[in-house]
Amino acid sequence: MTEVANPTKTSEALPVRRNRPAEINVLIGLLVIAIVFEILGWLVQGQSFLANGERLRIMILQVSVVGIIAIGVTQVIITGGIDLSSGSVVGATAMIAMSFAQVSTYPRAVFPGLTDLPVVVPIAIGLGCGLLAGLINGLLIAYTRIPPFIATLGMMVTARGIAKWYTKGQPVSFPTDSYAAIGAGMTPVLIFIAMAILFQLILRYTIYGRHTYAIGSNEQAARVSGINVERHLILVYVIAGVLAGLAGVVLSARGLTAQSGMGVMYELDAIAMAVIGGTSLAGGRGSIVGTTLGMLIFGVIISGFTFLRIDAYYQEMLKGLIIVGAVVLDVYRQRYRGRS
Amino acid sequence: MSDTQKDMILKTVGLAKRYGGVHALEDANFELKAGEHVAIVGDNGAGKSTFVRQITGVEQPSAGEIYFDGEKVEFKSPIEARDCGIETVFQNLALADDLDVPSNLFLGREERYFNLGPFSILNERKMLAHAQDALRTTGVKIPDLRNKIRNMSGGQRQCVAISRAASFASKLIIMDEPTAALGVQETAQVENIIRTLKSRGIPLILISHNLRQVFDLVDRIWVFRRGRIVGAVDRSKTDGNEIVSLITGVKAAVDAPDFA
Repeated sequence: MTEVANPTKTSEALPVRRNRPAEINVLIGLLVIAIVFEILGWLVQGQSFLANGERLRIMILQVSVVGIIAIGVTQVIITGGIDLSSGSVVGATAMIAMSFAQVSTYPRAVFPGLTDLPVVVPIAIGLGCGLLAGLINGLLIAYTRIPPFIATLGMMVTARGIAKWYTKGQPVSFPTDSYAAIGAGMTPVLIFIAMAILFQLILRYTIYGRHTYAIGSNEQAARVSGINVERHLILVYVIAGVLAGLAGVVLSARGLTAQSGMGVMYELDAIAMAVIGGTSLAGGRGSIVGTTLGMLIFGVIISGFTFLRIDAYYQEMLKGLIIVGAVVLDVYRQRYRGRS
Repeated sequence: MSDTQKDMILKTVGLAKRYGGVHALEDANFELKAGEHVAIVGDNGAGKSTFVRQITGVEQPSAGEIYFDGEKVEFKSPIEARDCGIETVFQNLALADDLDVPSNLFLGREERYFNLGPFSILNERKMLAHAQDALRTTGVKIPDLRNKIRNMSGGQRQCVAISRAASFASKLIIMDEPTAALGVQETAQVENIIRTLKSRGIPLILISHNLRQVFDLVDRIWVFRRGRIVGAVDRSKTDGNEIVSLITGVKAAVDAPDFA
């Protein structure tokens, strides 16, 4: 990684230099962290950390909803952008989708005339809200040329406002059984896995994926090569929005209730998962496999702290450190990967 | 159309570009014959790159006409120009660093299995095979085509960029300072590719500050100065001193083509 090719050498003389995939390093990191908790577990708690099915189940369930968001956020970051709105979009879609999933026996339903609807209605509305948020993000970024940071920051504040305004701050509860089933048991994890596999394959094997990396690598090159950069960016933000909407549906179904404060700070957790998983904030590099590993690192650390009975306040502080640490690592990687 | 115009690949008549009040290009009458290699030289700000941006569709001219391959053209984007067979190697290497060689060669025109719009599946095998052919034709040796551009030397990158242009260009290649950032041996390699193009009969417009290179490679030299074409001279009928005099304005415009 640290060797810099000598530009005066002929091409024939240059050694083949292929970097180890970033995912391998992330996997090693995950294993090291898990082993550290395993050792601490035996030392402090006198029991195994990993050999506990229930703990692992809860751990993965805790992170999988943010994981769904992180799949979209990863794609946005690969284009060289950022999406700060996903947490708020989760909140807004949770509220709106839930309001169309309520049972008729609940007297204070948001739309008393629209209860006991088939489950596809709230799902479609939830995904549609996510799509709309992503579309607005994408249009703003592609056509007004304002930085993604600002566009999605605006959406973050606006969507949170919508979540609160929608019921004047009241929670929305009592969904139909079929809606609740979306969040029941391990279903959220299965949804995450399905989305992760789908988008890993799309990023790796389709034109959409290739152009996503190309735009993040060199937007100018992508443009002169004939890629419609504006249209592509809109598509990427729409996909991220739909995934955030999906996360909102899953989260509200799992909690059996939707509150306007749902998903606060999820955007940062999702960005952190992507960056820990090797996605470069400079764009051009990253994968869903990496993000999944980043998500597991997140889960292991949170679960490990709970296991060691370390105060929740410390968990938050550590989470901050992890996020900063991951970005520092990214900058470090960029500086030492040779030129540019 | 007369016979002399038939073997004319590119011709501009009174081409002009103004940015607000700045006249970056004025009354440019340029000609390129089939199979001809020409150089465009001139000081910084002489209008060379502006001229190229007009004929490649990156910008639209304020006035004047462009005839390409016998027909009047008005390119609205670089894509349109490319679809007509004009390939450009840009000064700032238009490569995506995080992609490998085949992906870069086929960027924006990927081979696919079936058309599912943006979600079409890439035919990577076909792209790799074509990339190997393209590099062989241009005589470029790159050890591992699946390696990312980021891990390659400046010369290898430039060779990839030129191979891309050379393998797709059917009618015209334009190179903007292709060797500006390269070492001696890498420059030689790029110049060899240019000679290959000459032997294949593909016309070339080379923008260069390097007069040694220009005299080595091209048939005809076009000199730009302050947004105007001040001369078009055959390599065999001129020397470095005359070109430098034209570039700097020591010598006033010589009669150029419509001119001949």
